[in-house]
Amino acid sequence: MENTIENLEAKFQAKIDAEIKIEPKDWMPEKYRKTLVRQISQHAHSEIVGMLPEGNWITRAPSLRRKIGLLAKVQDEGGHGLYLYSAAETLGTSREQMFEDLNSGKAKYSSIFNYPTLTWADIGAVGWLVDGAAIMNQVMLTRASYGPYARAMVRICKEESFHQRQGYEITMALAQGTPEQKEMAQDALNRWWWPSLMMFGPNDADSTHSAQSMAWKIKRKSNDELRQAFVDATVPQAEFLGLTIPDKDLKWNEERGHYDFGEIDWEEFWQVVKGGGPCNKDRLKARNKAYKEGAWVREAAMAHAEKRAERRKNN
Amino acid sequence: MENKEALFEYVLRIADNALILGHRVSEWCGHGPSLETDIGLTNIALDLVGHARVLLQYAAQVEGKGRSEDDLAFLRDIRDFKNVLLVEQPNGNFANTIARQFLFDTFNYHFFAALSNSKNEKLVAIAKKSIKELTYHYRYSAEWVIRLGDGTEESHEKMQEALDDIWDYAGELFVADEVDAKMLEEGIGVDLEAIRPLWEERVNAILKEATLTRPKDGWIQKGGKQGKHTEQMGLVLAEMQWMQRAYPGMEW
Repeated sequence: MENTIENLEAKFQAKIDAEIKIEPKDWMPEKYRKTLVRQISQHAHSEIVGMLPEGNWITRAPSLRRKIGLLAKVQDEGGHGLYLYSAAETLGTSREQMFEDLNSGKAKYSSIFNYPTLTWADIGAVGWLVDGAAIMNQVMLTRASYGPYARAMVRICKEESFHQRQGYEITMALAQGTPEQKEMAQDALNRWWWPSLMMFGPNDADSTHSAQSMAWKIKRKSNDELRQAFVDATVPQAEFLGLTIPDKDLKWNEERGHYDFGEIDWEEFWQVVKGGGPCNKDRLKARNKAYKEGAWVREAAMAHAEKRAERRKNN
Repeated sequence: MENKEALFEYVLRIADNALILGHRVSEWCGHGPSLETDIGLTNIALDLVGHARVLLQYAAQVEGKGRSEDDLAFLRDIRDFKNVLLVEQPNGNFANTIARQFLFDTFNYHFFAALSNSKNEKLVAIAKKSIKELTYHYRYSAEWVIRLGDGTEESHEKMQEALDDIWDYAGELFVADEVDAKMLEEGIGVDLEAIRPLWEERVNAILKEATLTRPKDGWIQKGGKQGKHTEQMGLVLAEMQWMQRAYPGMEW
């Protein structure tokens, strides 16, 4: 058969349908490549920007054990960022390009990281809810059709589940602590609940990339399916802690076998996605500052590596 | 001075060095010049706070007054902190951080290597466990001194300036007082005079490779071991201890 575009596309789709992973050197539709670059780099950016809200509490963690747990977690996130940038680079983009897109605001990252961590309890809520939501998404992605992405997600998921347990444990210590601590935990849940549900993206009907991503098996479940799974898993966890989910419409639906829940504030969602969240400016400023102020260090490392290579050649 | 009292003081000093430097380095988390340095520095902070925990636990045990690692970390005020002044200095730019780290890591590596010959079994166990991580720090900061010193003109200047700025604080690492003397006499502590040449040799060699000039030895700024700190220290503690001070006596 001749390698016309139509034939290549048909072969590609057949491979996807047969659950054969696509690898960097395989032919792939340009749009598939672009979608993956966008998604994987956004995912990587989320890990990096996500270091900031939690990093905010490292110097103030209330016990040494918690300080260590938080440091280890944020370090893991940096590592996840590295895996994901590497996965994106197999698609022909560069880390520098991705950083530029992040710093200029062209590339997005998860909207959740535009919310501030106001109290120590937020660190628990972020681990429990935000990592919990991320895991729903990421477990699905371990079966994504693009091999390097799927493999990165396998490694990342192992660490993420540990982070989520850690976050839940922090929240549990507070929920079982003094009335002041319990109030702190409830307040954090109140502020993080809806933003966590927003992490799954727009409703299926409004999700622009969904259909194609499902056909290409980049996505294996829809936004609403994942969101429902998250609510179903998380409500009993909150109940166990004696905390209340801030949603008056939340109710078990016997017929569906799922929880019904209230409407998300989509106006807020789009505002945050478009840069108008409480911390969008601060997060980007912090990233830009680190990148700009670190330029001389990166240049020094490059210059030194060149000098070394030169010396080795001459010896 | 009772042996127990001196031992408590001695262990506390080692712990405080790790705790305060770990705290400082952790301030970099998320703000490093590259993803790799961000991860590297966070990893070092993690190791140091880990060392601080084991040492504070042991100090609390030696003291025998029922205090915990957290009591010691979060409920002592400035005058009871016994870290050297070097480790409480602010991060500044990346070169400032690396200069501080390099001078301390070189000391700390040789200090712990010597401590693993102590007569105190607990300290030997801690030293042997820590030395693997300290070997990594010892390599990491030295390599960055070389990269920055022998990198670009700008990085060379910044690295030199950073060394010049912090040099006066390095001397305190080797100033022994009665606690050091007592612990040395008991065969527990480290002979600072014996590790000084090792420190000198390494520092001189790395600076040479980095094409940097060793600052002149002049004043030695000291006092940390006796709880007489720089003005930096109060700010570190205000931030680090705030939760425990605001919400005392709770489990976290």
